[in-house]
Amino acid sequence: MSESIIQMKEVNKWFGDFQVLKDINLEVKEKQKIVVCGPSGSGKSTLIRCINRLEEHQKGQIIVDGNELSEKTKDIEKIRAEVGMVFQQFNLFPHLSILDNCTLAPIWVKKTPKKKAEEFAMRQLEQVQIADQASKFPGQLSGGQQQRAALARALCMEPKIMLFDEPTSALDPEMIKEVLDAMVNLAKAGMTMIVVTHEMGFAKEVADEVVFMDEGMIVERAKTKDFFANPKNERTKLFLSQIL
Amino acid sequence: MININILKPTSSNFQTYLYIGSALIFMGIFDVFLRSFFNINYLTFLPGSLNFLFPLIIGLVGLQMIRLEYSGNRIVDKINQNINNNTFNAGLTLIIIFLTLLVIPPALDWMILEATISGDTKEACVATEGACWTYIKVWFRRFMYGMYPNDFHWRINTAFIVLIAFAFVGYFMKGKLKNYITFYYAILYPIIAFIIINFLISGGSFGLEWVETNAWGGLSLTFIVSFFGLIFCFPLGMILALGRRSELPIIKYISIGYIEFWRGVPLITVLFMSSVMFPMFLPSDAFVDKLIRVIAAIILFEAAYVAEVIRGGLQALPRGQYDAAKSLGMGYWKMQIFVILPQALKLVIPGIANTFLALVKDTPLIFVVGLSEVVGMLQMAKTNPKWLGYAMEGYIFASILFWAICYAMSKYSQYLELKYKTER
Repeated sequence: MSESIIQMKEVNKWFGDFQVLKDINLEVKEKQKIVVCGPSGSGKSTLIRCINRLEEHQKGQIIVDGNELSEKTKDIEKIRAEVGMVFQQFNLFPHLSILDNCTLAPIWVKKTPKKKAEEFAMRQLEQVQIADQASKFPGQLSGGQQQRAALARALCMEPKIMLFDEPTSALDPEMIKEVLDAMVNLAKAGMTMIVVTHEMGFAKEVADEVVFMDEGMIVERAKTKDFFANPKNERTKLFLSQIL
Repeated sequence: MININILKPTSSNFQTYLYIGSALIFMGIFDVFLRSFFNINYLTFLPGSLNFLFPLIIGLVGLQMIRLEYSGNRIVDKINQNINNNTFNAGLTLIIIFLTLLVIPPALDWMILEATISGDTKEACVATEGACWTYIKVWFRRFMYGMYPNDFHWRINTAFIVLIAFAFVGYFMKGKLKNYITFYYAILYPIIAFIIINFLISGGSFGLEWVETNAWGGLSLTFIVSFFGLIFCFPLGMILALGRRSELPIIKYISIGYIEFWRGVPLITVLFMSSVMFPMFLPSDAFVDKLIRVIAAIILFEAAYVAEVIRGGLQALPRGQYDAAKSLGMGYWKMQIFVILPQALKLVIPGIANTFLALVKDTPLIFVVGLSEVVGMLQMAKTNPKWLGYAMEGYIFASILFWAICYAMSKYSQYLELKYKTER
């Protein structure tokens, strides 16, 4: 058994008086694909935003690739550079072309020479099939293309872990497939992935395990097959009956 | 039923109404034109107030007669929609046309036809009623260079030409050099500018006679003060804006304190303080030139305004941009420099242009500490016993100058907005 690359122990988080995460325990092993689902407001997004410390947890322990995340963590940038993230709203940099979006961080954070960074970025853009859009600006692309560009941008940092925060929720239905296809390819290539999504088809296809969250707690965690075939928790059953 | 409203056209009789109406409008305008340009009044037979109001009345009747919703004539439709959609607007239209006609002849007369520009003394202007541009001509060098010695004006001219030449260096930076373009304009260029002005205009070395800053003045001083004001208040404002949004309490409260302090005091007070109070706090052997003190005061003052404008831009950016930059492993400064500031600054170009224009127009205030830029020189010329009574010409000259400078800046800011508009 390989070592867990992400470990969360008894993680708690509050927004003011409101507790968003309650005693979260989660371990993710290398190359594992986890899908996190649950109703909105259940803390899924906050959970994965804690993993690269876009949100700070107040209690408990989060260890990413052997580094514990806390206020004392120096070099949080180094950990973030190893954890790629794709957002619901794409969050491409609108003032830069797609290629510059992809090379900005490699050049300035990883100090890759510009030429090498551009070559690598073009390969990533080819992977997600938008190499022909490289010189355009984000505003000129469709939602699906933008999201694939965002995926390529994250991959250009050669991360060990990829986090997806509802990557298809802001897309038109016909564009969802092209993004999911790119994610499936990535999964097949052996990336460690944590995906917050409502796309149960995607979960069935690639996920090793599914985590169901409600009201800030992990209600159920099971192998994908078991999760859909015979969910144990009442809340999970209700959720699945509504979504499938 | 008989249509008793004879002023209301219908589509069947519109042609006739259009001819009569146009003729009436033309008569009204032509009457005012004759009165104004040739002082001829054909209507003396009418009693006083009616005589005066006659053009307006027949104009209104005329406009009333051509007012039809769909006349089929494109020009008439345009007029009806925009300036003749009801009696009140028709009246306003006529009054504006009449006032313009009434104002043009005297203005033209005064500024050009009756004006004098010949001669070198006040006597040339005594004979005429018009503007005395001789006054501007005689004082022109003073308005441009202040009390700077006449023989050395070439030094100011050369300095400005060299400065402009250096400003264009950025255009020729290609390839690898392009990475240093910001460095050049933000740091190198101000230093070059200071050196050039120090050696060429101030002098004192290389065989150039020293000219103290008290003698500087006129438009060239306006340029010098505005130039250094603009170039330094921008980066300072940027740092303050970032500081005010910082999560470190000390930096945050220092920035807030600074901004609120400088925004709370009038510029005139700041200038007084810089020139009168500040030297008292210095050891007696230390000396900072008055001009430098004044420019520093303006920079510190305007930076507070620039900071708030930039902060507005920073706040307009969605949080997702910060998230994305952080998730790629960028630290605070990399995030600000490559992701946040380029977008925020682009958003605030109109606001920045606003502040910069205000700065240029605030420069005349430095006369309170005895420095006379172009308006200051004007005050001096105006009260010169030999040239009393020509304030109007001077102020018109100054307003044309300032308008030209500010309009150019405004146009440039519009150009920048277009240039950096990539998306959204």
